[in-house]
Amino acid sequence: MTDSVLSSPLRDRIDMLRDPRLLRRALPAVSLAAILIAIFLINDRAMSYRGLDLMLKYAVPIAFATIAQMFILTVNDLDLSIGAFVGLVACIAGTWLVDQPVLCVLILAGCVASYAAVGALIHVRRLPSIVVTLGMSFVWLGIAVILMPTPGGTVPEWLKGLMSWKPPLIPFPIVACAAIALVAHVLLMESSYGAVLRGAGGNATAIDRAGWSLLRIRMSMYALAGFFGVLSGLSLIGLTTSPDAHIADRYTLLSIAGVILGGGEFVGGRVSPIGAVIGAVTLTLTGSFLIFMRISPDWQIGAQGAVLIVVLALRALIKLREGR
Amino acid sequence: MRASLKKALLSMASTALMLGAGVAEADTSDKKIALSNNYAGNSWRQSMLKSWDTVTKQAVADGIVAEATPFTTSENQVTEQAAQIQNLILQGYDAIVLNAASPDALNGAVKEACDAGIVVVSFDGIVTEPCAWRIAVDFAKMGEVQLDYLNEKMPQGGNLLEIRGLAGVFVDDEIHKGIEAGVKKYPQFKVVGSVHGDWTQTVAQKAVAGILPSLPEVAAVVTQGGDGYGAAQAFKAAGRPTPLIIMGNRQDELAWWKEQKDANGYETMSVSIAPGVATLAFWVAQQILDGKDVPKDMIVPFLRIDQGNLEENLANTESGSVANVEYALEDANKVIEAAR
Repeated sequence: MTDSVLSSPLRDRIDMLRDPRLLRRALPAVSLAAILIAIFLINDRAMSYRGLDLMLKYAVPIAFATIAQMFILTVNDLDLSIGAFVGLVACIAGTWLVDQPVLCVLILAGCVASYAAVGALIHVRRLPSIVVTLGMSFVWLGIAVILMPTPGGTVPEWLKGLMSWKPPLIPFPIVACAAIALVAHVLLMESSYGAVLRGAGGNATAIDRAGWSLLRIRMSMYALAGFFGVLSGLSLIGLTTSPDAHIADRYTLLSIAGVILGGGEFVGGRVSPIGAVIGAVTLTLTGSFLIFMRISPDWQIGAQGAVLIVVLALRALIKLREGR
Repeated sequence: MRASLKKALLSMASTALMLGAGVAEADTSDKKIALSNNYAGNSWRQSMLKSWDTVTKQAVADGIVAEATPFTTSENQVTEQAAQIQNLILQGYDAIVLNAASPDALNGAVKEACDAGIVVVSFDGIVTEPCAWRIAVDFAKMGEVQLDYLNEKMPQGGNLLEIRGLAGVFVDDEIHKGIEAGVKKYPQFKVVGSVHGDWTQTVAQKAVAGILPSLPEVAAVVTQGGDGYGAAQAFKAAGRPTPLIIMGNRQDELAWWKEQKDANGYETMSVSIAPGVATLAFWVAQQILDGKDVPKDMIVPFLRIDQGNLEENLANTESGSVANVEYALEDANKVIEAAR
């Protein structure tokens, strides 16, 4: 078959498929689909309402944490404390949410405010966010360990009920992840202030010249991150039914990996909320995939990293073509 | 085809027998058991996985169970292990043998496994969810026997340095409580310093080196295992006299002890849990699947090494490993009987 035989609209469509920008945008979804198909092939039990529900349950708190990280990455910062913060939220909620809900909400609001304060500190003193948030991670963990030296505490029934809710047709984790992606998307990509927020990461000087307060922008991004961190902690203890100071240590790196896997960049305000949630879900499914593969424990840890590297390598390839 | 028919008939017959007599044993040869392990990054866990491998491979070869696959999460993470358990439920295992990252935070996932009809046996790092079985180590006792020994060895008392484990992990808290109780019992001892060694020689060495300059003379070091050798190195580097350091059954600790014993008659004791406790949990799970009535809470004895049996234990412990015992079905039955 030669080119002349192909009708031109079809050729246009094929050309579009080879467009690197589209490829780059589609990569997160394609990776997710690939891993889902692989899982379904290995374990047909996974291809059911219950299977998806079980596999994706723990994706919900990771999705929240990933969105939190994404807000920070939008302004070219990196948050190394989100995991410890989620752990602290879990401990606070596990200590007070049942007995003194009002006090608990106030304390959690205070946590969000202190996140904003960290943002302000970073902005005003021009400190590297990595250093400040790394320091804060020890502060959050320290408070959490003081609050809960041994794991324990109680989680309200409504929270447990919500997280194990089984809506008809579509499993709850999928509904929740879609909702998270949608809210973050509207907030950051569709609203006019969202464009300003992203602009602060892309070209701070321009935003500054246009009369926007960069301090306020950074503070609101950190506050948003804190808010989503709180949601992450609450949804997490709804699943585990009991908090623990170390419950979410892993979330710091998972959230960064989720954003990057979802098409985000470390600099330039280039992020995608929908991609980030897809990234978080993909990371969760990678764990399932490796378990279903029955890879020996010695290799499981490395294999998880390998999946990440493959996806990122693919993206680097696409980027190379984009640059040409 | 014919074989499977025969098997079906057999299993029907055995079910009938079971219903009839109530004592006949169910067959576990088609049962699948999974090990859910939360951490593999130290010598104790490596020995544990090795023991699991040795014992369960033999059990599978003997047709006792169909499968006994180990699964490990990378960094002692509750969230990852909870997700792992969810996946094991989905994979259709009949029993999950569990070394948990947290006593409470996995309860949600464990409950879900129980609801799916899966037998969950936790050991070492146990879970509080009532539907699971627990093979617990009396960690507080492990702290207390150290003080009992010290009281015997140096009745005049003295200053103690305490090396703790990983902050916020309940094992650390339990052993610490035992040591506190011991100090209360023998008030001639006084804890003058406390550091976290994270059960890792290098971390312990750094932590002890950091606190040593601020300490008066130390008569003994109470530990949690995996930190004794590091402590000895820190004392040596600081040029201070080596105190009595309680060991934790690690090979490097036992080798150092032997070296000191040969050189200057150094005396101490060593206590920890044998990593082979995983194999004990395996047999308990197999017995539960077999239809045996097993109490929910069992206690596993810990492995203590003294001056007398040091050489024997050291010879049996590979370099980079931990003194170990692998358990057999009879041991499991003994532990089950003892719990009644």
